[in-house]
Amino acid sequence: MSETKFEPKIIAFLCNWCTYAGADLAGTGRKEYQANVRIIKLPCTGGIDPLFLIKAFERGADGILVSGCHPGDCHYNSGNYHARRRWNVFRPLLEFCGINPDRIQFSWISAAEGGKWVETINGIVDAVRELGPFESYQKLNTIGPEVSVSGGATAASSETG
Amino acid sequence: MIEELRKKAEELLKNDTVKVVFGYGEGSVPERTRPVFITKPEDVNKLTWNKYCVYNLTTYLKRQETRKLGKPALILKGCDARTIIVLLKECQIKREDVYIIGVTCDGVGDPLAEKCKACDVHTPLIYDDLVGEKRENKEVPFEERYAELDEYEKLGEKEKWEFWQKQFEKCIKCYACSNICPLCFCDRCIVEKNQPQWIDPSAHARGNLSWNVTRAYHLAGRCINCEECQRVCPVDIPLNLLNKKLAKEAERSFNYRPGYNIDDELAMSTYKEDDEQEFFK
Repeated sequence: MSETKFEPKIIAFLCNWCTYAGADLAGTGRKEYQANVRIIKLPCTGGIDPLFLIKAFERGADGILVSGCHPGDCHYNSGNYHARRRWNVFRPLLEFCGINPDRIQFSWISAAEGGKWVETINGIVDAVRELGPFESYQKLNTIGPEVSVSGGATAASSETG
Repeated sequence: MIEELRKKAEELLKNDTVKVVFGYGEGSVPERTRPVFITKPEDVNKLTWNKYCVYNLTTYLKRQETRKLGKPALILKGCDARTIIVLLKECQIKREDVYIIGVTCDGVGDPLAEKCKACDVHTPLIYDDLVGEKRENKEVPFEERYAELDEYEKLGEKEKWEFWQKQFEKCIKCYACSNICPLCFCDRCIVEKNQPQWIDPSAHARGNLSWNVTRAYHLAGRCINCEECQRVCPVDIPLNLLNKKLAKEAERSFNYRPGYNIDDELAMSTYKEDDEQEFFK
């Protein structure tokens, strides 16, 4: 770690209708942002099970972004409201277990907000870079890491080791 | 009170109101009780009631083998009766399919169980018959109810992580916590699903974290704090701390407490337009 600079791995769970289109707009607008983010497109933030987030950490994510439509703008009317309730309890639970809440961020970005997407991504990448790799999670003991956690963990352990 | 309970059970079985009575029976030692399932009126003397009746009998409403016995009457303390309200709200039982013999209670366990320290349901909120003298249900202030959490919430990020890792590493994935839980009623738990494998079945640190966080999260806004998960845990993980933390957050954010009011909407299946969102960017 001391030789190569740490580059955080950020997984972004985006809703198809707003934030994904917003990220697309940033692209067509030729806006530049840090390339640490891996996007996973889903129909709606309301369909994001907290297990997705846990799995992302298991597979070596250093930070996670969940982003969807602004309240009132949901393509399915209320998906983002339900999601908001979920994160309202899930976030404190992770914090209670000792996971820094800065590693899991939430935002509302509409299809017109390419600029906000760039800011948000740069923000989370900088924040997580400051925090460093999520070693405490990645170092959790597993039996047969090749079977239970593929690429992510091995890459992470070679980085950190 | 024991006599009154037995008489009530006998009457219900004799006039065929119910087919079985779920109650507490004497255990192998005086400090223990065990669940008993009375199907014949002549067996009602097996029923007992004392301060060691800590279990939550509503968990048997989800088991196939006890469901088979027919319509049950359950002997329920105030806290246990809250489970019934949640189960009714979640469409797991119909009101007419259970008969509730409520018992008033001043606390169980020796020493007094943690759940009893801030009890505000000495008299059950839902029952068909009440046994014992009616007590006043005094509300306990918010801070006092969640006082147990204070010392853990005060810890720093690293200390929290280390504390919970030390706890979770003991987990042997026996799933006693979810088996005993009256509100973990899915026929097939997420942990048993393996396409894809969401939660690693091996009892290693990584899988244990996923399992324990997920189990607790699935009870968010539902757990009625019966502490059964914690009681049955063979390796003494303080599971109820996680449940309590979620209950606290649900109450703080949504002003909702499960099992108190049958007219309340379930916290996680509804929303308000002005729900808290300061953590959203």
